[in-house]
Amino acid sequence: MAAQLEKVFNVEAGAYTTAGEASTTIKRTLKQLGASREVLRRVSVACYEVELNLVIHSMGGTLTLLVDPEKVTLISKDVGPGIPDIDKAMTEGFSTANEEARTLGFGAGMGLPNMKRNATDFDIQSEVGVGTTITMTFALE
Amino acid sequence: MIGEAAVGGGRRIATREEEEKTQMTIREVMEYVDGKVLIGEDRLDDRVDTACGSDLMSDVLAFVKEKAVLITGLINPHVVRTSEMLDITCIVFARGKIPTDEILEMADEVGITVISTPLTTYTACGELYIHGLPGSKRRKKAEDQ
Repeated sequence: MAAQLEKVFNVEAGAYTTAGEASTTIKRTLKQLGASREVLRRVSVACYEVELNLVIHSMGGTLTLLVDPEKVTLISKDVGPGIPDIDKAMTEGFSTANEEARTLGFGAGMGLPNMKRNATDFDIQSEVGVGTTITMTFALE
Repeated sequence: MIGEAAVGGGRRIATREEEEKTQMTIREVMEYVDGKVLIGEDRLDDRVDTACGSDLMSDVLAFVKEKAVLITGLINPHVVRTSEMLDITCIVFARGKIPTDEILEMADEVGITVISTPLTTYTACGELYIHGLPGSKRRKKAEDQ
């Protein structure tokens, strides 16, 4: 998987019907580039979780895919509302998801810990009133 | 052992080595849950290694490994999308639920076989388990890694 690639996807707040479409495209792109099954699965799960978070929790944002010979990088950047307590948000089972998300089978408070588990490196920066940026890398070797 | 007693019927729990070798075809899954195939008749001889029963896609995303069958009572397009992300090869909709054509088309497009069973989620999982299909292994917590 040697290609150098950058793709940016806009993710709309509250767009439950189309949530996951960026992740589907990213998975197919990486498959075409020849990523291994293990890398594909890890990136796909983390990507879907972060895309759902943008739809459920944010006021809208972007999902960026970067591919270089050593790694896949996913960057989720939103325009708010920001997370007041990141430690709490990283705790399994803690959730502030609304009823609509829960009806669809999400919002169980597993998203952020599951991203961290699947990524090689995971970083989250957040400021209330400004926004949240999550950067995940996935080693290809 | 409580697990053995609960499974009962003189059947014993498979050892870890046996579990790793255990596989089941989607056709066998369909037969054991008394189900009918809605999409993917040509994929009935594909094999599954493990199973998960849940209506909570958050948990499915956190626990399931590839080549699994998902038994669920939840019907919406995100069940298919979650399955696609995890390479789940077969979805069994419990309690006789039939998904919409849109959901079936999504599943067909990504090669997921869809089965409908009249059984409840609990009973469908039980039937697959006693016939030798193991559940997902426990996993480490994120903070342990």
